[in-house]
Amino acid sequence: MWAFINKLRSPKWFYAISAKLQPFFWVAAAALILAGTVWGLAFAPADYQQGNSFRIIYVHVPAAFLAQSIFVSMAISGLVYMVWKIKVADMAATVMAPLGAAMTFVALFSGAVWGVPTWGTWWMWDARLTAMLILLFLYLGVIALRGAFTSRDSASRAASVLAMVGVINIPIIKYSVDWWYTLHQPATFTVTGRAAMPMEMWVPLLIMVLGFYSFFIALTLMRTRSEILRREGTKRWVQDLVTGQPEEKR
Amino acid sequence: MAFSSFAEFLAMGGHAPYVWSAWGVTALLILATVWHARVEQRQLLNGLKRRARREHARSTGGAQAPLNAARFTSVEGETRNDA
Amino acid sequence: MRASLMPLHDHKGGLMIAVKATLMRDLTLMLRRRGEMLNPLVFFALVITLFPIAISPDPELLAVIAPGLLWVAALLAALLSLDSLFRSDYDDGSLEQLLLAPQPLAALGLAKVAVHWLLTGLPLALMAPLLGIMLALPAGSYAVLALSLALGTASLSLIGAIGAALTVGLARGGVLLSLLVLPLYIPVLIFGAGAVQAAIMGDGVSAHLAILGALLAASLMLAPWAIAASLRISING
Repeated sequence: MWAFINKLRSPKWFYAISAKLQPFFWVAAAALILAGTVWGLAFAPADYQQGNSFRIIYVHVPAAFLAQSIFVSMAISGLVYMVWKIKVADMAATVMAPLGAAMTFVALFSGAVWGVPTWGTWWMWDARLTAMLILLFLYLGVIALRGAFTSRDSASRAASVLAMVGVINIPIIKYSVDWWYTLHQPATFTVTGRAAMPMEMWVPLLIMVLGFYSFFIALTLMRTRSEILRREGTKRWVQDLVTGQPEEKR
Repeated sequence: MAFSSFAEFLAMGGHAPYVWSAWGVTALLILATVWHARVEQRQLLNGLKRRARREHARSTGGAQAPLNAARFTSVEGETRNDA
Repeated sequence: MRASLMPLHDHKGGLMIAVKATLMRDLTLMLRRRGEMLNPLVFFALVITLFPIAISPDPELLAVIAPGLLWVAALLAALLSLDSLFRSDYDDGSLEQLLLAPQPLAALGLAKVAVHWLLTGLPLALMAPLLGIMLALPAGSYAVLALSLALGTASLSLIGAIGAALTVGLARGGVLLSLLVLPLYIPVLIFGAGAVQAAIMGDGVSAHLAILGALLAASLMLAPWAIAASLRISING
């Protein structure tokens, strides 16, 4: 266990191991998203109430899942960085934030577009959409705070603290928004809230969700590698790697 | 197959603008992030290679001292260029 | 001032003396700058004046939106005062003294937040019923308005202090501070404004006030640690 944590401390080790892991996740992401897309768009039956507009679910729900999961992973990375001073964790947290914000935006946009045929309006203060909007603001706060510091170390630690404070607040925000919504709009039709979904509908959804998660892992690995190059560019092993010199020369 | 023809597939039972715009924006954003990550990686690697070549030329061409000095200045220059 | 700070260095004197000294020091300092203390209150009154002008002077319409308006305006006024919470201490170096003190920084930070609430949150809560009259707030909800604001602004001060501590070292932290803090304020706003609305409709308010109290308890438990960590980042960074 400690040996593993100590290995994680070394960006060099991470750079090597992520190079091996990365292709697997890219292939998985491409295959799953492609399969889910074809299945969800062309083969899944239309919803008896919403018709074909329900096919938006196959991008809306995976994006929404990812948006929340990325914030949690970002906070965990922040905690790991604060406790064990593992730099790679902070690099991963740095590259996760923009992707999380992008996924939140996708969830918001697809939710709003879905609202037109379902509710007849582009925006409704639906509990899920409102919580998503607040999540977007939380992401923007973390990104802005990281950008505001001139010292990298302070930026990393401040962003870690904010991500942790945010992740404690997310469930509270979610429950309070749900409560607020049920108080003001009793028993309205929610787009994703039905329990019984036939298998031909939820299997492609599951495939899409898995595809999105693989994509998240693959992209995070790739961009963390870039971040390592950016921050450790002056280290000897990076220079050897770039110039293609053999390891033994060191 | 939920549709009997390709035209029907494109029409999405009258919901075409909604379905295709939601899927389109999602696809666009995913492809854009992948493209951005690739460009970022290539630029970083090229930059590091260029710097290594420069330092190599300097350390072999001139006195042996500047290698460390050159490295030090480049640390300062590269610390914060992420956006 | 200096004399009251002396016990900070007395290890046996312990926590209570240090907290008390910080409390007294901050209270004295804040009370000396009365103008600064009044600013959030004037801002609160001003914002409330803007709404009837912008929307309509119709009392019936105003009565409907009054709970929300009062809560949002009070929240913004509390937010406005946050930037100065640690700013002057940061500028004159006394924040660094606080960090060096042998007592836990979380407790000393909590004392500073307590003073902030005492001089902004509490006055805002006491002033709100007055502005409620101007917005034709229905009778029977005034006490709940003041009580919910008193409870809620305490949470707001605690959560806001985290943001203030994170941004105190930045030259232009003001706008960033509101971006960081406002999303975290939403649960308090929901239950605070909800309490007043429930009081108007004649429903029970104890559930709302209990949740506000729970939020306050949770932030009392967690926020001081986050404030202390943030102050350390801002000072040492």
